[in-house]
Amino acid sequence: MVTFEEIKKSFLACIWFMFLTFPIMVIRVNTVQNEIEWRWKNMILIGIASFILSFFWRNLFRQKIKKGKQKDPYENTEKISIFQKVLKEKKYYFPGTVALCFFVIGFPLLFSLYQINIMITALIYVMLGLGLNIVVGLAGLLDLGYVAFYAVGAYSYALLHYHFGIGFWIALPLGGLLSAFFGILLGYPVLRLRGDYLAIVTLGFGEIIRLILENWNEFSFGPSGIANIPRPGFFGIKMSLEGHTIYLYYLMILLVLFTIFVVNRLQNSRIGRAWIALREDEIACQAMGIDKAKTKLTAFALGATWAGMGGVIFAAKTTFINPASFTIWESIIILCIVVLGGMGSIFGVISGAMILILLPEYLRAFSEYRMLIFGVVLVVMMIFRPGGIIPDIRRAYKYKSKETH
Amino acid sequence: MKPILDVKNLTMKFGGLTALDNLDLDVREGEIVALIGPNGAGKTTFFNCITGIYNPTGGDILVRGSGKESIRINGLKPNKVTQKGLARTFQNIRLFPNMTVLENVMIGRHCRTHSGILGAIFRGQSTVREEQQVVEDSYAILEKINLNQFVDELAMNLPYGAQRRLEIARAMATNPFLLLLDEPAAGMNPQETSELDELIVWIRDTEKISILLIEHDMKLVMSLSDRIFVMDYGKKIAQGTPDEIKCNPIVIKAYLGEEMDA
Repeated sequence: MVTFEEIKKSFLACIWFMFLTFPIMVIRVNTVQNEIEWRWKNMILIGIASFILSFFWRNLFRQKIKKGKQKDPYENTEKISIFQKVLKEKKYYFPGTVALCFFVIGFPLLFSLYQINIMITALIYVMLGLGLNIVVGLAGLLDLGYVAFYAVGAYSYALLHYHFGIGFWIALPLGGLLSAFFGILLGYPVLRLRGDYLAIVTLGFGEIIRLILENWNEFSFGPSGIANIPRPGFFGIKMSLEGHTIYLYYLMILLVLFTIFVVNRLQNSRIGRAWIALREDEIACQAMGIDKAKTKLTAFALGATWAGMGGVIFAAKTTFINPASFTIWESIIILCIVVLGGMGSIFGVISGAMILILLPEYLRAFSEYRMLIFGVVLVVMMIFRPGGIIPDIRRAYKYKSKETH
Repeated sequence: MKPILDVKNLTMKFGGLTALDNLDLDVREGEIVALIGPNGAGKTTFFNCITGIYNPTGGDILVRGSGKESIRINGLKPNKVTQKGLARTFQNIRLFPNMTVLENVMIGRHCRTHSGILGAIFRGQSTVREEQQVVEDSYAILEKINLNQFVDELAMNLPYGAQRRLEIARAMATNPFLLLLDEPAAGMNPQETSELDELIVWIRDTEKISILLIEHDMKLVMSLSDRIFVMDYGKKIAQGTPDEIKCNPIVIKAYLGEEMDA
C-alpha cells in the first residue's frame, strides 16, 4: 500500500536528485559552437528513476528494521546466510567439494590463457586477503599499508635473483620471512596505537616503502623497475609460456590451499582466540593475561608473511616489477576484499577476492563506472550486511557436562 | 598471618593531581575485603595501580601466592600481574562481546597455557590435549557459576546480571589467588545482588580465592566483608570491621558531609 506520506518522501528525494545532478546531467557546454545545451530529457529520466528507487530503498530499510525487531536477544538468532546453511549441510558438502575440485583442476583445460591469467591474479589476491584478514579481521588492527609487505616480497625475489641468482623456490620462503620481519618492524612503533591513528601510520608506512623503491635508484632501479625475473621452475624442465601459466595456476591453487589450512588452524587456536580478544577489548584482553605486544606483533608478522609470498609469486608471474604496482590503491582493494567478504571469515575473504578481482575483469564494458559501482556496493553492503558477504561463524566447541550443582 | 596483598604508601600522581596519597591496604588469605568511598575517591585508580594499568608514582605493592615468596609487582604489565595470580573485573563491563560465553572464559585460561604458533599450525598431540583441557576447564567454571545454559551464546546477548557473573567467571579462569571486583553489583536488582552475595562467599569458601572488592551497595558490603577500608580524596580515612566502620564519625562525615554550624 502506498500512502500519501510515502509519495511525498519519494517526491522530495526525486527533486533533490534532480537538483544534485543538474550541473552534470543537464547542462552541457558545447565548446565547438560556443553554446550551452540544455538536456531537460535527462532531468526527467533521473527524476523518474530516483522516484522509483527511493521506494525500493525505503522498502529495504523497513525490512531491515523489521528483521532487527524480530530478533530475540535470548535466542540464538544469529543471521545465517544461505551460503553458511549450504556449508553446514553435510548433504551438500561432499558433492559440493567434488564439483569444486573438478572445476578447479579442470579450469586450465576449459578456459583460455587469458582467463587463467586472471584467475592467477585473483588467487594471489585471495592469499593477500587471507593474510590481511589476520591483521584486520582477527586482530582488529586497521592496516592501510599492507601493500608494503607485498612490495617487500616482490622486490626481495627480484633483487635476490638479480644479485645472487636465487631461484623462485628459495625466494618464496625468504620473501615471506623478510616480509614478516618488516611486519614486526612496523609493529613495534605502532604497538600503542589503535583505530584511526594506527590506520594513518600504516598508510604512511606503505607510502614510505613505495617512495623508497621509487627513488633509491641504486637499490631498486627506481621507477624503471626490474625486468627478466624468472618464472617458477619445475625441476629444471623447460616450458612454453602456456605451460608456465598453467603450472603457475596449479601452484597458486596449492599455495592458496596451504594458506587456508594455516590460517584456519591459527584462527582456531589459542593464538587466534587471543587475536580476537584483542580486537574485542584491548584492556580486558591484557587484564586477562594476554601479552598485548606479543600478540600484536605475531598478528603483524603472520599477516605480512602471506603478503610477502604473494609478492614473490606476483614478481614471478609478471616477470617485471616496478613501484607502480604497489600503490595505496592496492592496499585499499585488499582491505575491501576483507571487509566486503566478511571480516574474520575465510570463505568470506575468498569470495570477496573473487568478486572484486574477477568482476571488473569481465565487466570491462563498464570500466568507466567501476569506481562508482565500487562505492555504491560498499555503502550498500555496510548498511545491509555489515558482517560481509559470508560473515564469520563462531566455532562450536565440544564439552562434557559434569553436573556439579 | 602474612597478608597475600600488602600495599604500602601507594602514591599515584597525575601531573599535579594526587589521586592516591600514601595508601596502605592489606588482604589476608581467605578474606573478603571491601574498599569503599565516595565517588572520585580513587578506588578504581587504586585497582588500576595494582593490576598494572597504571604505574604508581611511589610505594610498594607486594603479593604472595599461597606458599610462595612475596614479590613486588609495581610497574609490571597487566598480563604479568594476572600471571602472578591477581585477576580483576571492571566497573563498566568489559567482556569480549562478539565471542561466545565459553570463549570468553577460555581467554582467561590463556596465561596458564602455552601452545604457540607452530603448535597451532601442526596441531600436535600436546596442543590438541591442551585445547581440549581448556574447553573442559572453562566449561566446568561456567557450570560452577551457573552460566552453562548460555555457553554458546555471544557474550553481548547475555542479560546484564549474567554478564557481570561472566566477568567473574573469566577472571576465575586465570587461576588467581586474589580476585579484585570493581563494583560487581552496580546496576543489579536486589534479586541479582543477593545471588552475587552468595556467589562471592562461595568463591571464597569453595574456590579458596580471597577477594578485594569496590562496592557502593552498603548492604552488600556490610554483609560480605571481613574488613573494610574507606577512602576519600585519595587517602585512607578509616579501616576496620563492618561494625566499626558503621559508627565511625569520619566515615559518616565523608559520606554525608558535615553539619553546617551557622
